[in-house]
Amino acid sequence: MSIVIDAVSKRFGQFAALNDVSLEARPGEFLALLGPSGSGKTTLLRMIAGLDFPDSGHVLFDGADMTGTPAAERQIGFVFQNYALFRHMTVADNIAFGLTVRARRDRPAKADIRARVAELLDLIQLPDLGHRYPAQLSGGQRQRVALARALAVEPRLLLLDEPFGALDAKVRKDLRRWLRELHDRLGLTSVFVTHDQEEALELADRVVIMNRGVIEQIGTPREVYDMPATPFVSEFVGETNRIPVTVADGRVLHHGQALDVSPKALANGPAELHFRPHEALLGDDAPGALPIVVGAVHKRGGTWRVEARVDDIAVEIDTSGPLPERGARAGLRFDDVQIFPAL
Amino acid sequence: MTRAASSESPVARRILIGVGLLFLALFLALPLVVVFVQAFAKGWPMFVDAIGQPDARAAIRLTLLVAAISVPLNCVFGVVASWAITKFDFRGKSLLISLIDLPFSVSPVVAGLIFVLMFGAQGWFGPWLIAHNWKVIFAVPGIVLATVFVTFPFVAREIIPLMAEQGRDDEEAAVSLGASGWQTFWHVTLPNIRWGLLYGVLLCNARAMGEFGAVSVVSGHIRGLTNTMPLHVEILYNEYDFVGAFAVASLLASLALVTLVLKSLLEWRFGYHQARSAH
Repeated sequence: MSIVIDAVSKRFGQFAALNDVSLEARPGEFLALLGPSGSGKTTLLRMIAGLDFPDSGHVLFDGADMTGTPAAERQIGFVFQNYALFRHMTVADNIAFGLTVRARRDRPAKADIRARVAELLDLIQLPDLGHRYPAQLSGGQRQRVALARALAVEPRLLLLDEPFGALDAKVRKDLRRWLRELHDRLGLTSVFVTHDQEEALELADRVVIMNRGVIEQIGTPREVYDMPATPFVSEFVGETNRIPVTVADGRVLHHGQALDVSPKALANGPAELHFRPHEALLGDDAPGALPIVVGAVHKRGGTWRVEARVDDIAVEIDTSGPLPERGARAGLRFDDVQIFPAL
Repeated sequence: MTRAASSESPVARRILIGVGLLFLALFLALPLVVVFVQAFAKGWPMFVDAIGQPDARAAIRLTLLVAAISVPLNCVFGVVASWAITKFDFRGKSLLISLIDLPFSVSPVVAGLIFVLMFGAQGWFGPWLIAHNWKVIFAVPGIVLATVFVTFPFVAREIIPLMAEQGRDDEEAAVSLGASGWQTFWHVTLPNIRWGLLYGVLLCNARAMGEFGAVSVVSGHIRGLTNTMPLHVEILYNEYDFVGAFAVASLLASLALVTLVLKSLLEWRFGYHQARSAH
């Protein structure tokens, strides 16, 4: 199912949670809403679910306007951050809930509901835990039960609010892969909210990066990582070094010295150079290179991480060698940099 | 027995416990015992006779009737108010929260007077009510109104913190799964608050049956008609019918004891339930 968010705004008192946000999810897509807390990502998800309603703008499912339709009528599956399992019901009753509350004419027979629950328990790989209560399950198990409960009603759309937030790192990784497989196998359209960029980049087809109620960039994980559209995205996704520079007549100046860097189409004035640790090439302090003073060096995965300073600004560079001496002067050249006007 | 980090000597501890127990015995247990001793002072037959008096039986019936009306009403009001306060954001929410506490802070006599001023013969609605042959003050409706007012906070006060702590997620989950408002309340909200609600109802009932001040103002003390048990006790006492007074009082005291036992049972069950469902 496709989702269109069209110019949606929402205020909570003085606070603008969403400001003229537009977005489209294609059928079968796995979309991540990524941003810091207060960026409006959860509000947007709740609006898609029908748990919050926009002050202005529209929400469309497959072209049909759902803006004012309550959650109960949207045929969505929603997985809550803390699972929100019904604590007084068994796992099986929790999963069956969406079917048992249907009007009598739409409700499957008891035997069919039981069969569906058994099928879903198999799907979440907890076939023998139907009689347990949520309090008797581990965090990862509760998460999967919440997912099964959401899937029981055969939703057109699966919405997940920080689905792995409360789990430890190992369980989180396993569940992540499992969820992605499930999404592909069931042919769902899914939207999930996260503040964890690693999670978003690993799991999603496209990532929507939000900040202060607006969308900063929408793109594939590769696009948002390699071609950040705004300084915020550059800073928020992946590690970034930032150096203040000046753009003057097609040249990029650092303390008056020109760097071997294209200013792209930037107008004259103060600007900021953004580069990732692996995008810098360590070399001599020659003209055109950004001068640095080398600090500590330590092993990091397959490469060396060099801590250095540009004036008073700490920067980090990855290199496979040769390693510079501590305190040595060196220079940086760049494969690829981003340059943004200074704020 | 291990000694905790506290540094009292065993002697000091014994003295403290002793003083505490003595105080409890003197001010709580002894009066309760006295009530029962006085009630049975002239023997079992006199007790049964005192309870069996038509006026006493009418008072018992009226008290049960008033409780049977006001407790369910407050149960509904309390749940509705708590639901509104904890599940929705609206203007005047904090005002509503303070209003719920009003009956606790207002003297019961004032509570009674409010209704006399509103519904009494000289009150705002009095002439209209009299013209339509409705009797509120010095009649059962007035007693019920006063009782509802005085006992309003018990249920709400008990479940507001519970609902606030549970948040809205369970309800939103139910709604997202297609449940209607009523189904959500019945299958999700109510089971989540059932023990707290029961506890509130218990306290509400104890107060509804025991309320004296507000009811005394609106009742008119008509024997056999508008006397509740507490009012009846006072009348008998003022007439030096000690056995009768204490016999009826002992029934009220028994109610207190039963409430206490049920309350402990609930706390035990409630605490157990809370611990088990803690996330």
